[in-house]
Amino acid sequence: MPERRLQAENLHLWRGDRHVLRGVRFAVNAGECLQITGGNGAGKTSLLRTLSGLMYPEEGSITWCGGNIRRDMQAFHADMAYIGHEPPLKPDLTAQENLHYWIGVRRPLPIDEINRELGRLGCDQWRNRPIRTLSAGQKRRVALAGLLLMAAPLWLLDEPTTNLDTEGQRLVGTLIEEHLAQGGLAVAAIHHELAVSSAVIRRLELSSK
Amino acid sequence: MSSTGTSALEAARLTLARDIRLALRKRGQLIQPLAFFAIVTTLFPLGISPELSRLRDVAPGVLWVAALLSSLLALEFLFRDDAQDGTLEQHVLSGQSLTWLLFAKTVAHWLLTGLPLAVMAPLAGLSLGVPVASLGGIVASVAVGSVALSLIGSIGAALTLGVKRSGALLSLLTLPLSMPVLIFGARATELAIRGAGFAPPLYLLGALAVLGITLAPLAAAAAVRISLE
Amino acid sequence: MTWTWFHRLGSPPYIYGLAARLTPWFAWTAAALIVGGLYGGLVLAPPDYQQGDDFRIMYVHVPTAWMSLMVYTTMAVSAAVGLIWRIKVSHAVAASCAPIGASFTFVALVTGSLWGYRMWGTYWEWDPRLTSELILLFLYLGYMGLRSAIDDTQRADRVSAVLAVVGVINVPIIHFSVLWWNSLHQAPSVMQLAKPTMPASMLIPLLMMFLGFTIMFGALLLVRLRAEILNRERTANWIREAVAS
Repeated sequence: MPERRLQAENLHLWRGDRHVLRGVRFAVNAGECLQITGGNGAGKTSLLRTLSGLMYPEEGSITWCGGNIRRDMQAFHADMAYIGHEPPLKPDLTAQENLHYWIGVRRPLPIDEINRELGRLGCDQWRNRPIRTLSAGQKRRVALAGLLLMAAPLWLLDEPTTNLDTEGQRLVGTLIEEHLAQGGLAVAAIHHELAVSSAVIRRLELSSK
Repeated sequence: MSSTGTSALEAARLTLARDIRLALRKRGQLIQPLAFFAIVTTLFPLGISPELSRLRDVAPGVLWVAALLSSLLALEFLFRDDAQDGTLEQHVLSGQSLTWLLFAKTVAHWLLTGLPLAVMAPLAGLSLGVPVASLGGIVASVAVGSVALSLIGSIGAALTLGVKRSGALLSLLTLPLSMPVLIFGARATELAIRGAGFAPPLYLLGALAVLGITLAPLAAAAAVRISLE
Repeated sequence: MTWTWFHRLGSPPYIYGLAARLTPWFAWTAAALIVGGLYGGLVLAPPDYQQGDDFRIMYVHVPTAWMSLMVYTTMAVSAAVGLIWRIKVSHAVAASCAPIGASFTFVALVTGSLWGYRMWGTYWEWDPRLTSELILLFLYLGYMGLRSAIDDTQRADRVSAVLAVVGVINVPIIHFSVLWWNSLHQAPSVMQLAKPTMPASMLIPLLMMFLGFTIMFGALLLVRLRAEILNRERTANWIREAVAS
């Protein structure tokens, strides 16, 4: 099995007339977390969306485990978990139902496993209530449960600690560290430092000039 | 790498089940296109004449125009909600074929809007004076035709995802593409009303539906990906 | 060697310059052919034994109807090329085609209506060709409407490209179904202008008009394409130099 590694080479992206990504390059290995920082409009979200394959860079390449992601996007997506700014949850379904459909499409998922992860993230009390009745922080926890359930080696996270209290932020740090310890990789766009030990952190700063 | 993924069939089943469950939680919204269909069919007698003999002549056209317009209305909730809450993006990133998932969504959409329309059409037909013997033909033609309409509509719905207040534009895009369905469907209905064999236009409708099944989800998937770029 | 040629075709500055050089050739050739064709058709050709002088409107109606279809196909093909290989100039070509094609369609409809008036006494009949042309006009309007509804040029290009491809696949389906519909109801006769053989004096001007309109489309396309490229690349450096020269 080829070594787990995400590599970006000379990425250039234009949005309309704006040259958003200007020759971005980096490599993340198994057990590492790349922290992307930069002001508003610097291109953090655009970079994450490009890495996930949703956006198409005008120049440059992205390789996963040695192969260009464009070669087999479906296989790449099966290995990758992307959580954008807003948790991708249907307001009219319960937390449990959301995860059942969202993750079930990716891999077979017994209800016990769903409930176990929801419990681990402190969502037991309200796992059978519709998402629209939950607070932003609670929704974020459900999304994190989904992230864990996806069981994907590569995590792409856009500001994962948004709307979480200090305890929640520490929880995110713990989850990422556990994921890295199991040989996973993470790329996160952040505003504040993640609560992760600096030994496993790589950094990338984007400027919005 | 990913050896234990969900099978494509199971993924489609889950997507279909999800969409149906969601729609049933907002039953009020489901009724709207059907109510619209009923109202539009009422407009014609009011605008033409209460005489059933005259209405029977125009019944095929009336039924099909009303069906077309109400299926347009129903397209609102095919992709829009998913696009707004970020779950459409997750479909694209799920590792499953997007074409296949969108096909599953369109099937769910048809079950929720097209099939009820096929059930309502005979009632509207009776109100326009069609003979009872023709009701079977009406149900068959609307059932098959609405499959084609849902598929054609899914293309328009996907194309207008990034557009605000897209109702008029959606109509402008979808109606010309739906005209063949209207032509064959109305002809099948007309023949059924006359008591003649309506198989030929029904087969043509079926051919359109099959063509739609093969091509429409591909176009819709391309449009969805572009809207997420 | 072939790839350099292909890449140059995709380069906006190159196309901008090429279009400027080619336009006069296209324009003058088209003008000559059209003037010649009109003279041959309106003046020289003998009157038709059935329709008298009315048939002469076919010298404008038939070529423009043909062009309306050809332009749509060109639009769809260049949109598809732009979509698959991500070539900006291809999308600019498709965008430039649309208004030209819509105009051809409109002229075909108007001349068809006038011809119908002479033949049947009414300004409109649901004859298959007129009906197909009308639906084609709606397809053009839908394409242009979709483009204008999306602000981001790149997204507008790509979304409308999908629409153009879907549309071009539907055109034969629509045409067939309209023909079928028309044949069912014994509607007024189709504008059958072509007897099996047309005398050369009638045919040659018609062919000249076909060719003339095709080349005219080329000229119009080149002019619009330059304007389109100018608009899209307005912030690029090469534009300043090109406009200054």
